[in-house]
Amino acid sequence: MTPDIGLILGIDGIATGSIYILVGLGLVLIFSVTRVVFVPFGDIVAFSALTLATMQLGRMPGTVYMIVTLAAVACLVEIGHHLRRRQPRRIVRGLFYYGLLPLIPAAIAFFTAGANMPSWLQIPLAIALVVPIGPLIERIALRPLADASVLLLLVVSVALTFGLSGLGLLFFGPEGFRTKPLTGEIFRFGPIILSTQTLLMVASAAVFSLLLFLFFEQTLIGKALRATSVNRIGARIVGIRPGNAAALAFLLASLLGAVSGILIGPTTTLYYDSGFIIGLKAFVGAIIGGLTSYPGTALGALLIGVLESFASFWNSSLKEVVVFSVLIPVLLWRSLSLGRVDDEDHEVEE
Amino acid sequence: MSRRAAIVLALAVIALLAAAPFYATSFTITLLNYIGIYALVALGIVLLTGFGGLTSFGQAAFVGIAAYSTAWLTTAEGASPWLGLLFALASTGLAATVLGAVTLRLGGHYLPLGTVAWGLAIFFLFGNFEALGRHNGLANVPPIYIGSLSLEPTAAIYYLIWAVLIAATILVANLLESREGRAIRSLRGGVVMVESLGISVFRIRLITFIIAALLAGFSGWLYAHMSRFVSPAPFDLRMGIQYLFMAILGGSGHILGAVVGAALITLLENALQDVLPLFARDGQQLEVIVFAVIYVLVLQFARGGVMPFVLRLVPGAAKAPIVAAAPLPRRTMPERGTALLSVERLFKRFGGLEAVSQVGFDIKAGEIVGLIGPNGAGKSTVFNLITGALTCDDGKIFFLGEDITRAGQRRIAEAGIARTFQHVKLRPNMSLLDNVLLGTYPRTRAGFFKAALRLDRQEERRARFEAFAQLKRVGLGDEPYGPAGNLPLGRQRILEVARALAADPALIILDEPAAGLSRVEKKALVDLLHSLRNEGVTVLLVEHDVEFVMGLVDRIVVMDFGSKLVEGTPAAVRANPRVQEAYLGSVA
Repeated sequence: MTPDIGLILGIDGIATGSIYILVGLGLVLIFSVTRVVFVPFGDIVAFSALTLATMQLGRMPGTVYMIVTLAAVACLVEIGHHLRRRQPRRIVRGLFYYGLLPLIPAAIAFFTAGANMPSWLQIPLAIALVVPIGPLIERIALRPLADASVLLLLVVSVALTFGLSGLGLLFFGPEGFRTKPLTGEIFRFGPIILSTQTLLMVASAAVFSLLLFLFFEQTLIGKALRATSVNRIGARIVGIRPGNAAALAFLLASLLGAVSGILIGPTTTLYYDSGFIIGLKAFVGAIIGGLTSYPGTALGALLIGVLESFASFWNSSLKEVVVFSVLIPVLLWRSLSLGRVDDEDHEVEE
Repeated sequence: MSRRAAIVLALAVIALLAAAPFYATSFTITLLNYIGIYALVALGIVLLTGFGGLTSFGQAAFVGIAAYSTAWLTTAEGASPWLGLLFALASTGLAATVLGAVTLRLGGHYLPLGTVAWGLAIFFLFGNFEALGRHNGLANVPPIYIGSLSLEPTAAIYYLIWAVLIAATILVANLLESREGRAIRSLRGGVVMVESLGISVFRIRLITFIIAALLAGFSGWLYAHMSRFVSPAPFDLRMGIQYLFMAILGGSGHILGAVVGAALITLLENALQDVLPLFARDGQQLEVIVFAVIYVLVLQFARGGVMPFVLRLVPGAAKAPIVAAAPLPRRTMPERGTALLSVERLFKRFGGLEAVSQVGFDIKAGEIVGLIGPNGAGKSTVFNLITGALTCDDGKIFFLGEDITRAGQRRIAEAGIARTFQHVKLRPNMSLLDNVLLGTYPRTRAGFFKAALRLDRQEERRARFEAFAQLKRVGLGDEPYGPAGNLPLGRQRILEVARALAADPALIILDEPAAGLSRVEKKALVDLLHSLRNEGVTVLLVEHDVEFVMGLVDRIVVMDFGSKLVEGTPAAVRANPRVQEAYLGSVA
């Protein structure tokens, strides 16, 4: 390997790593607020890219039907929840948040399908279409289990990956898509060749990390989310509803996921199930950071991106083996550095 | 359903299964073969997850390692499938040992996430090895022969698969009702208590993990020689997740949950493949959705799976009566009055808080010593330091002349210190008897092999007799088979005392044993502690009930703000103005 190739691989790895940063931050956000290890998060990334790709082809994205399905189920869950608690007046609110709001972008996409929309409109629409997926899934499958152990929540979230990949196949079909390049310019700085695409990926990761930081540090809602992540019961006592906090965490994370999808769409062909592997790689990054630290996650995600880039140069078919195997020494290091982890995680038996 | 009806039904099911090849179509037999092969993997998960509290999404990778091992050895090297079995089990066991050694020290969600990662890594590895045929896999795997009898026909291997499954189920069931099995069951819910009983959590976890992997390995061997072809697809992460859900759906808290879950999912999958194409062009996309919906619903509404509903119809098996047996060997108690425990200048800091500072005291064999002090004085921290649940920052602790400062909970327990906890640490779903039996762990020897083959029965009878005697001694002998979680909190503390006594300790450390007890019960506890002293057992206790302490102990150590205030006889301590100040505030 020459230094030039090393440089190219490094830059490529940083670009991919930027995507893993965004996805990893979303995962940590969800985990710290809700204790859910949200394995299907990568699917949101893939769905966002697929949504934009189908819109660019002049077709109506399958996301519309997916949202309609999820929103319908979420509304039923919401109605059932309030009826059981004999609070029928709350139903209207529930239907507004889980029925009407997610359907607005879906309706726009439905009626403008095939219309020749400029891409600066298409991209936000694609993001708006995809963003509700996270909160809807949270409402349907995870909120009823909010008090369960981390382990049980993990098992549910793994079950959800099955469901989401099934929905993905149903609504997007088996073929792969690649979105049009966002920009095509290339810069040269001596031996370094940078495409605007790469710059855009890195810049987005930086900007969104900064926004997330400001949100958590400067806003009251951000502080409320942090409070929930530290102590759910304590947060509840001071008037923060854990349900709302969870919905917000999923919403923000979904946004990160959707943006990542738009960014990664032009660089790789994505299929309905490509998100799983993307999500898991971001996970490896997040685990390097301990699953709770945002800067640690960003660093870990970057590391995974670079590692993947070099591994694919060394042997492209074994790159997945390398990336996932790296978790084992990482876990070993974690277990040795943390000493013994005592998980007083009492399972509730029926 | 009466007990007799249940037995008749069970026998009928067995007879129907045994005669299946004579009346069922070969398609049905094939389904049954798959059920058996899947159930073997799920059985490992029931042991691992349902009883041991460890979750693995990566069992399919173990099935794959075994299937590829035997397929490679029998095709490339032309070896006998029986040699393939040995090779498959060896390679699966080795992989499990390595992966387990790395990941099992981690708690909570790290282990399952780790299994996801290596499940994927191993799957990608299969598809990229030239020697393993890459994504095309290995074909022409030979069938199994028993002597000259070929197990190539579906109906022939059917008997082998189910014989293996039934044998494995019996062995695992035996194991669970033994010393090591109780240790496995105690893993769910916190490791401090388990280690305090002298049980190595890591060792139990690792062996359980290896057993589960070997069961998956057996399944992989059967699979390879049944389908006569291996490729990466059946060992991917999807399948690993499916195995876990088989165990959960069937009921991971029960040994038969594995078969029930494997049968339900296999039959459901088969039924869906017939039905779903009527609704969609390609039924497969709907199949995963249907499964996901079922999984989420089961986890939301019936976490215990199907088995609890089945068991409601069947009367519980009669518990084996506790028969008189030779007592377990007892340790020789140190001579009364000799130095037993010596604590020197103990120091422990939590962040900026000095929880314990310069605390030192000595205890002689045969004494009852009380440790008192206001809330937050550091009493429980001292207990945790002595028993090794915490490690001190400075100072020394000697027990029977041996330095145990950094010996760790397990060695301290083996040395003869037993304890109870301020916040009760029992296994609420295990019976009173089983909870106390956990205490006998360091006094008994039977290992996993002996237990699985029921060669441990004599020792087990002795342990049960001992545990029951301790239960009766503390006044809980009425319902030894009731779940410990049903006891009121005060009695749960007393159950912890029985568990500590079952370890035959030289020193018993009790953290607020009288909290939540009625006056009568407290009186009984005082009598019990006095009789223990007469046997030569030394008692160290923390207690807030001053009247209780004053009437019981020989000596008192008073702590305040992490330091020792005074030490002396109850009367002297009561008269001490510094103690009065600490408890009541200064008079001036």
